[in-house]
Amino acid sequence: MNPFLDALFLQAGYNAALVAIGAALLGFSAGSSGTFLFLRKRALVCDAVAHATLPGVGIAFIVMVSLGGDGRSLIGLLLGSAITAWVGLFLIEWIARHTRLAEDAAIGAVLGVFFGVGIVLLTIIQSMSSGRQAGLEGFLLGSTAGMLFQDAFVIAIGGSLAVLATWLMRRPMTLVAFDSEYAAAIGYDVRRVDLLMMGIVMGVTVIGLKLVGLILIVAMLIIPAVTARFWTERSGNVIWIAGAIGGASGYLGAVISASAPALPTGPIIVLVAAGCFVFSLLFAPVRGVLAAVIRHRRFQARVHRRQGLLALAAQHPIREAYTLRLLRHEGLVRADGVPTKTGRAQAAKIARDERRWDIARQVHQDVGLTGRYDGLTPIEDVFTHDEIADFDRRLGRPVAVGGE
Amino acid sequence: MKTSMTSMQQPTVAAQDGRVTPSAAPSSDSPLTVSGVTVSYSEKPAVFSVDATFPPNAMSAIIGPNGAGKSTLLKAALGVIPRLSGDVHVFGRPIEQARERIAYVPQRASVDWDFPTTVIDVVQMGLYRQVGLLGRLSGQMKTRALNCLERVGMVDFAQRQIGQLSGGQQQRVFLARALAQDADLYLLDEPFAGVDAATERAIVDVLQLLKAEGKAVVAVHHDLSTVRNYFDHVFLINVRRMAEGPVSTTFTTENLQATYGGRLAATHLDELSVAGAV
Repeated sequence: MNPFLDALFLQAGYNAALVAIGAALLGFSAGSSGTFLFLRKRALVCDAVAHATLPGVGIAFIVMVSLGGDGRSLIGLLLGSAITAWVGLFLIEWIARHTRLAEDAAIGAVLGVFFGVGIVLLTIIQSMSSGRQAGLEGFLLGSTAGMLFQDAFVIAIGGSLAVLATWLMRRPMTLVAFDSEYAAAIGYDVRRVDLLMMGIVMGVTVIGLKLVGLILIVAMLIIPAVTARFWTERSGNVIWIAGAIGGASGYLGAVISASAPALPTGPIIVLVAAGCFVFSLLFAPVRGVLAAVIRHRRFQARVHRRQGLLALAAQHPIREAYTLRLLRHEGLVRADGVPTKTGRAQAAKIARDERRWDIARQVHQDVGLTGRYDGLTPIEDVFTHDEIADFDRRLGRPVAVGGE
Repeated sequence: MKTSMTSMQQPTVAAQDGRVTPSAAPSSDSPLTVSGVTVSYSEKPAVFSVDATFPPNAMSAIIGPNGAGKSTLLKAALGVIPRLSGDVHVFGRPIEQARERIAYVPQRASVDWDFPTTVIDVVQMGLYRQVGLLGRLSGQMKTRALNCLERVGMVDFAQRQIGQLSGGQQQRVFLARALAQDADLYLLDEPFAGVDAATERAIVDVLQLLKAEGKAVVAVHHDLSTVRNYFDHVFLINVRRMAEGPVSTTFTTENLQATYGGRLAATHLDELSVAGAV
């Protein structure tokens, strides 16, 4: 059978199946818990925090080796990474709050320094004689080669907790992301909610280190949420759509990388998620680029059509080629620019509507209604039938346009 | 001493009204009592040692020139920005213990307008404290949210994304969210800034109704020409408290000039007196 289909149906061996399931679980939890990271615009903070896990991995390894172990206990390494990640987050907060530096400077400083320290520690570890140091660099970009059942188990438990916490905290986190001033005014501790959100995200980062690596984990947190935003206008839906996109990208990415030799899992997962993003960016129904272009073209056509008809009514020549083409296409003017019968009728109607608006502005003191004039809104949408009939009585008989 | 100098410099007009000394226990009648509040951005106080007692069952305006600390006072009272000193009491209790009695309408600029949320979602945010973390929004609560939208005339827009509304419509939705809280004290930060005349009328109507129900309204306000029509009580501030009391006795040319200093042109004051405002 085809290796891709084998992997897709988890028939490509125990390790590949374990990786696919683990990646799907990690993708789901990263996608859903990354929602508020995106909505609160803290993606870069998370990136710095992810880089700050590296020294923790190194320190944990050294400590475990010096205590006589082989330094490969996953829980120990993850604990170490969580501690330095927390220190990194704390430093960013502290620098932004208590110094004149802005948050972006704090992010840059923490990211660079912690990552640098981490690389130095890894280099030192490589020259150490004791411990089994091989594989630590897998924390940089993720590695699936030696994935064990316990790794998948950690992802399953940690990921479920992160999703549960996100769901439980969705209301405070929504409020803080949308309108933090109001949240504070009605008694939420904004700082605490923010810390909790970062805590959830940090948890996902730490459990994802082994599979995706610290450099790319931020992509798994942010891309699904950004993608989901194209498809919904409600933050509650973003959580689940982002989870689904993340889960599907994780699974598909793992399957693709298992079906060909030497395809790295983490980067492939991120590329699949990025593919979903690009597709949504282009084709999402309301917020997508294509939809926006179509909307703009339609609007432009409406403007030109209206202007063209007004020109016909005033018996001015239409100079713009686009307007002329549009009117000809709709059968409102002939090829030589002379209006057809329907063209004359519609021009008369539009010219009359303009005069109705003039009357409306004299009759109505309420600018709320007459203020809705923008050249395009039909007068029937603003005033009632009876009101328009009243304007007509004041206007007198309809006048034919361009007629005999 | 800085403090005593400041109190010596206080204009005599400030001493006329019934001033609550910081040591006096805040009356449980007053919906909002602020004592000795100082707020500072970096090392320049924006609000300095301000005392204020807002009356129950009334509409009160916080008035002063730009940069005088009007919004800052309100936000500091609520704890949205930290206070350097001072106490805030709500219905006689420390504000932390009376949060559920306060509803707040922030300035529109404080919000992320592209946020994925609909009008009805925003109104339901006013119910979050009541629902708690684990609770579900009951059908009754959803009906209440819709009723609040109805009261501000926005029920037809319930499913719209919040960023698609005009400024005035957004402000009405914020008011509906505050109404959903079903509070006893309504604090509003520049509710009429940048809204159309129809919205201003609609908001005033809702606020008057709240007052008729026995609630208290405190609003930061900048349009001097409407103070007399809308409000019962004024608090004049320019970093320090300048004057405080009923509109009829406190909203005087003398107090306004003291508050605005040279910034309120004589012609502006003339216009106000012609309009019957002062």
